[in-house]
Amino acid sequence: MEPLSWLEILTRIFIQFMPVWVAMVVLFTLSVVYKRRLGLYGKLFDSTIGMIGFSLVMFWVFTGIFGAFDLIITHDPLSQVSGMKNKVPGTPITGADSETYPYYLFGGDNLARDVFSRMVKGAWVVVQIAPLATLFAFMVGITLGLPAGYYGGKLDTFLSFLANLILAFPVILLFYLLVTPEIVDTGIPSYMAMVLFVFPIIFVAVLLNSRYRTQPSVRTPLLIGVLGVMGWLYLSLISQPGTALKILPDAIDLFNLQGGILVVFVSVVFVNSPTVFRIVRGLAMDIKTRDYVAAAQTRGERPWYIMLWEILPNARGPLIVDFCLRIGYTTILLGTLGFFGLGLPPESPDWGTTINDGRRLLQIYLHPAIVPAVALLSMVLGLNLLADGLREESLRD
Amino acid sequence: MGLFILRRLVIMILTGLCLTFLVFSLTNLYPNLEKLAKTQGNFRMSDEEVTSYLDRNGYLQPMFVKYGEWLGVVPSYRHENADGTIQGRCIRPGMAPEDSPEFCGVLQGNWGFSTVFKDDVGSIISTRLSLTGKLMFWVMVVMVPSALILGVLAGMREGSKTDRGLSTIAITTTATPEYVSGVILIAVFASSTVGLKWFKGTATSAMDSANFENFALPVITIALYGMGYIARMTRASMAEVMTAQYIRTARLKGVSFPNIVMKHALRNALIAPFTVIMLQFPWLLNGVVIVETLFNYKGFGWTLVQAAGNNDIELLLGVSVVSVFVVLITQLISDIGYVYLNPRISVS
Repeated sequence: MEPLSWLEILTRIFIQFMPVWVAMVVLFTLSVVYKRRLGLYGKLFDSTIGMIGFSLVMFWVFTGIFGAFDLIITHDPLSQVSGMKNKVPGTPITGADSETYPYYLFGGDNLARDVFSRMVKGAWVVVQIAPLATLFAFMVGITLGLPAGYYGGKLDTFLSFLANLILAFPVILLFYLLVTPEIVDTGIPSYMAMVLFVFPIIFVAVLLNSRYRTQPSVRTPLLIGVLGVMGWLYLSLISQPGTALKILPDAIDLFNLQGGILVVFVSVVFVNSPTVFRIVRGLAMDIKTRDYVAAAQTRGERPWYIMLWEILPNARGPLIVDFCLRIGYTTILLGTLGFFGLGLPPESPDWGTTINDGRRLLQIYLHPAIVPAVALLSMVLGLNLLADGLREESLRD
Repeated sequence: MGLFILRRLVIMILTGLCLTFLVFSLTNLYPNLEKLAKTQGNFRMSDEEVTSYLDRNGYLQPMFVKYGEWLGVVPSYRHENADGTIQGRCIRPGMAPEDSPEFCGVLQGNWGFSTVFKDDVGSIISTRLSLTGKLMFWVMVVMVPSALILGVLAGMREGSKTDRGLSTIAITTTATPEYVSGVILIAVFASSTVGLKWFKGTATSAMDSANFENFALPVITIALYGMGYIARMTRASMAEVMTAQYIRTARLKGVSFPNIVMKHALRNALIAPFTVIMLQFPWLLNGVVIVETLFNYKGFGWTLVQAAGNNDIELLLGVSVVSVFVVLITQLISDIGYVYLNPRISVS
C-alpha cells in the first residue's frame, strides 16, 4: 500500500474524530439556542475569544472521554507493531489483517507505537486529573483563605507564612523531593493526601451547617447523609494497598487509583493550593469591608455563614476565571512531571511523558514529540482564552 | 524604611531556615540513606552493613542534630573505628583528627562532597551557577524589553485592534510551557530533516563559547514563557494609567499622544511590572531546569536534575539552598523596590 498524502491523513483524522464533532455540534447548538437562560455560561457565547477557547477545551474533553471508551483511537496505545518504529505519518502497516486499522496516522514512535492513539489517550489522563486536582486545590485554598482574610491577625500571619513557604520553593525541586520512589515508600505522599483531601469534607460540612444551622430537622439528616458518602469516598481514595495507609478492607474499598496517580495528584494539589489561598484571602479582605457584610454582621449571622454565603458568592467572578487559568497551569504541571519522568509509569501515554520520549530523537524524527506538544499547547491555550472570555463577560455586568 | 527592611530580612532568614530544614529532612529520610549506603558501598550490602555504614558516618543521629551539623552550629560527629582511627565529617583525608576544625557546615563554607561529580559541592555550584547566570542574563536582555514594549503598545489604546492582536500573542506565549515551545522551536529552526536549520538544537557548546547559533534557542524558549505574563501585567497597568485624570488633563492641554505615553504614562505604568519581573524568578528557575535538560546545557538546573535523579544528597541540599535564597532575595528586592518606586505606599 502507498503511504498517505497529507490531505488523506487529515481526512482520515477528521473521520476518526467523528464522535467528537457530533458531540460538539450538539453541545454548541443547545447552548446557543438556550444561551439567554444559562447565565454566565450563556454569555460566553457572545464573545468570540471565549467561544474559540471553549471549543478548544471541549474538543479535548470529548476526545478524552471518547478515547477512554476506545472510540477514536486506531490502535492500542501500548501495543508495538513491528516495522513501524519511527515511521513518518501516514505509513501503512505491512501485512495488516482486516481487523486492524491499516495506517499509523501520525506515524510511529521510537517503540513502534501509534502516535495518534497515544495522543488521544493522553487527553484522557489530563481530563481525568487536571480539573479534579484544581477543584481540590480550590477547596483547600478557600477553606483556609476565607478565615485568614476575614479574621486577619495571628491566624492570617501564620497561614500566610506557611503559604509563602511553599511558594518560595521551586516547583521542580518539590516534585523531585516528593515523587521519587524512596519518598513514596516512606508514605509521606499518602499522609499528605490524608490531610489535603479532608478539606473538601470540611468545606461541605461547614457550608451546609452554616446554612441550615437554624433548622436542625433538615440539617442533621442532610449532614449525616452527605458526610457519610463523602467520608466513604475519602477513605476509599486514601487507602491504597501496598502503601503506608491501608485503612479499609478490600470489600468496602470502592476504588484504587493505579500506579502513581495519587502521588501526582497530591503533589499538584499541594503546589496549587497556596496560590489559591492568597487569591481567596485577598478577595475576602476586600469584600469584608462591604456594606452587605456589615448588614449580615448586624443581623447577627455567624462568621462562617458570612464567609461562605455572603463573601464567597460575591468573589465568584475572579475565582471562576482563576479556576480556568489554573486548570491550564495544572495541565502544564502534569506535563512537567511527565517530562521529568516523575510519578506516572514510563509507558503512560500522557503528553509530558510522550514529549520526553520523543525529544531524544527530535533532530531526526519530529512527529513523536511535536504531536503531543501541539496537543498540550492547544488545550492550555483554549483554557486561557476561555478564562479571558469569562473575565470580559463577567466584568460587563 | 530601615525597620521595614530589617523585619523583612528576619522573616526571610526564618523562611530560609524552615525550607532548608524541610529539604534536609526529606533528603535524609531512611530510604534515601539506605540507597546512598548501597551506592557508596556495594549493592549487595546486608541490612546490618547498611546500618553500620550509616552509623560510622553519623547518619543515624536525630534529624535536628544532623541539620545543626550540616548548618555548622553543632560540633560535627566523630566516630572511632575498631582500629582506633577517628573519622568524621570535618576530617579530610590526610588530616589528623586533632587538627581538623570542630564545626564544618554551610556557615563555615563547607558544603559537603558530591557523590556523583566527585567534587566539592561549593565549587560545582559556583561553576554551574555562573553558566546559568550567563543564560539568565541573555534571557533578561531579551525578555524584559520585549515584554514591556508589547505590554505598553497593547495597553495604550485599550480595546483596539493592536491590543487584541498583541494580547492574543501574550496569551499564546503564557500557554506554551518551555518543554512545548522548546520542542516546536527545535523542530522549526534546528531539525536536520525538515525545517530552517538556522540554529543548533543543543547548547552544550555554548558553555564555553556562546554565540547566536547555539544560544538563541534556549534563550528564546525561556524568554517566551515569561514574556507573556509580564506583557499582560504591563498592559493592565498601562490601561489603568491611561484612564487616569492627569492623562486626560494632558490630552486636553493638547500634548501629543506619543508624548503622553512616553513622558506621563510610562513611569507610573512600570511600577507593577517591576514587582512582577522580580517575582518571575522562581518561575524562571523552573524554566531553566527544563530548558537546560532539553538543550543539554550543563548549568544549575541540569545539576539539580542530576543530583535529584542520582540521590546525591549533599549536592541536592546545596542546590536547594541556593535556589531558595535566590527566590527569597528577589522577593525582598521586589518588596523594597515597590515601596521605593511607589510614593503612595508608606511603610511606617
